[in-house]
Amino acid sequence: MRYIKEIALFLGALLFLSPVYIMVVNSFKNRQELYENVMALPQEFSFQYYVGAMEKMDFLNALTNSLIITITATVFVVILSSMTAWMLARSNNWVSKIIFMTFIATMLIPFQTLMMPLVQFMSTISNTLGIPMINTRGGLIYMHVGFNSGMAVFLYHGFVRATIPTSLEEAALIDGANRFTQFWRIVFPMLKPITVTVIILNVIQIWNDFLLPSLVLSDTALRTIPLSTFYFFGEFTIQWNMAMAGLTLTVIPVIIFYLFAQKHIIKGIGEGAVK
Amino acid sequence: MANRMTKGWYLFFTLPLLIIFVTVVIIPFLMGIYYSFFDWDGIRANPMVFVGLENYGQLLGDTRFIDSAWVTVKFTILAVITVNIIGVAFALLVTTSLRTVNAARAMLFMPNLIGGLILGYIWQFIFSDAFKIIGEATGFDSVFFNWLLDPDYALYALVFVFTWQMAGYMMIIYITGIQGISNDIIEASVIDGAGYWQRLRKIILPLLMPSFTICLFLTLSFGFKIYDVNLSLTGGGPVNKTELFALHIYNEIFGYGNYGFGQAKAVVFFVIVAAVTLTQVYITKKREVEM
Repeated sequence: MRYIKEIALFLGALLFLSPVYIMVVNSFKNRQELYENVMALPQEFSFQYYVGAMEKMDFLNALTNSLIITITATVFVVILSSMTAWMLARSNNWVSKIIFMTFIATMLIPFQTLMMPLVQFMSTISNTLGIPMINTRGGLIYMHVGFNSGMAVFLYHGFVRATIPTSLEEAALIDGANRFTQFWRIVFPMLKPITVTVIILNVIQIWNDFLLPSLVLSDTALRTIPLSTFYFFGEFTIQWNMAMAGLTLTVIPVIIFYLFAQKHIIKGIGEGAVK
Repeated sequence: MANRMTKGWYLFFTLPLLIIFVTVVIIPFLMGIYYSFFDWDGIRANPMVFVGLENYGQLLGDTRFIDSAWVTVKFTILAVITVNIIGVAFALLVTTSLRTVNAARAMLFMPNLIGGLILGYIWQFIFSDAFKIIGEATGFDSVFFNWLLDPDYALYALVFVFTWQMAGYMMIIYITGIQGISNDIIEASVIDGAGYWQRLRKIILPLLMPSFTICLFLTLSFGFKIYDVNLSLTGGGPVNKTELFALHIYNEIFGYGNYGFGQAKAVVFFVIVAAVTLTQVYITKKREVEM
């Protein structure tokens, strides 16, 4: 009985993932085979649609863009948010309180409320100050950092308040360390658990984001994976095998990330949601 | 001198992020409210005409807006129900003593990691062509037909995919809730002879109330703001019948070029989302005090 339950649970979970199966098997089938039976395994594994999809999506380029943008933006979110949150948590004055409340309050604003004026404002900066915010990786990273820092500041702030003892920090100051070394040598290493959560939440959010890059990037060479998927899919909806091969390609990096960081991801998602 | 030093460090630590934050979030937010009082087509050479509150006044007479609001509410209600029922069911299944629970958890959560855009495309294939092919092959064409061509079924398809995406997420939160229930209570109920269903109804579900509040409002807020899946699965179709709020705002601004009017809708959208979220915070806080 117990074994039946074990197997039933496992098979049930597998069945839940059947859309992934449908995507993968049909990425290998030719048109006729696909229309004969969508559920069957392919008769042969030919990678011709993958080769085609990679070329059409400019996949390696999109992967590189996505990696650069996600990693850089996440690093900046971690560095800037942890520094800011620590300073806000440790300086207990009204300025800090107002800044912190503003960070939290703006988490309520849906992206759709900001998108049009944001693009207008960023174009104005590009045109008047000559800082290239629109249609550059740097500009997109800048905006990702702005949108994702509120949540990160909130998580770091709570963690600093709850778990970091001030006595350790003060001891370092007495030993002649300045604020900078005090933070990076003493405080930041102790923030590690929450840093992992912040990294996970940001990587997932920024990697999958479609709307912001679609508004900011127009150059085809700068496209991230969701962007190139969008344009690719618009072109190939009739050729399902090619489309499925393209989608499979985009899911592979996510699965690799999941295999490596599964425990952290599930923990991070839970913590990010409950707080 | 010491004071100046502290101030200097304060700015050093906070100013970089504050500049980014103000330019990306605060200024566009204020500009957005400003734009909503104007009639403008988004072309810089064309004049912005001040119309005061007229954009807001026109909202109620805009049938596309009302239709979109109504279908968004319908979607959100359906989605909140299905996501949470399935989320709880998953959580109950994977908190048993079976050895495969960890693998099951990992698999059930996985769809949440794949971006909404890509999820929508995978399911677009399934609901349109795969369903049609299965229907023709098996004869069950009352279930297996192209869901995306029918306005009602296209909405159900959206609920279905959203549930597939979010159930695993909510499962994680419910698992934490279930693991928080003390074993003593469960054991006591076993000794008293309570069956599984009785235990579930009288003990486990009532004790899960805090998790319910969190999940209810998370799904409410995610559901209301859905964009990526909407865009890739139905694109708002057939004939705008599944154009949910976020997509509607995008189309009004960038599709129809009604920058001022669309921005007024975006501001209303913010007010609704903020009201829902603040209600959640209020209820959660109140509950915490009671507990």
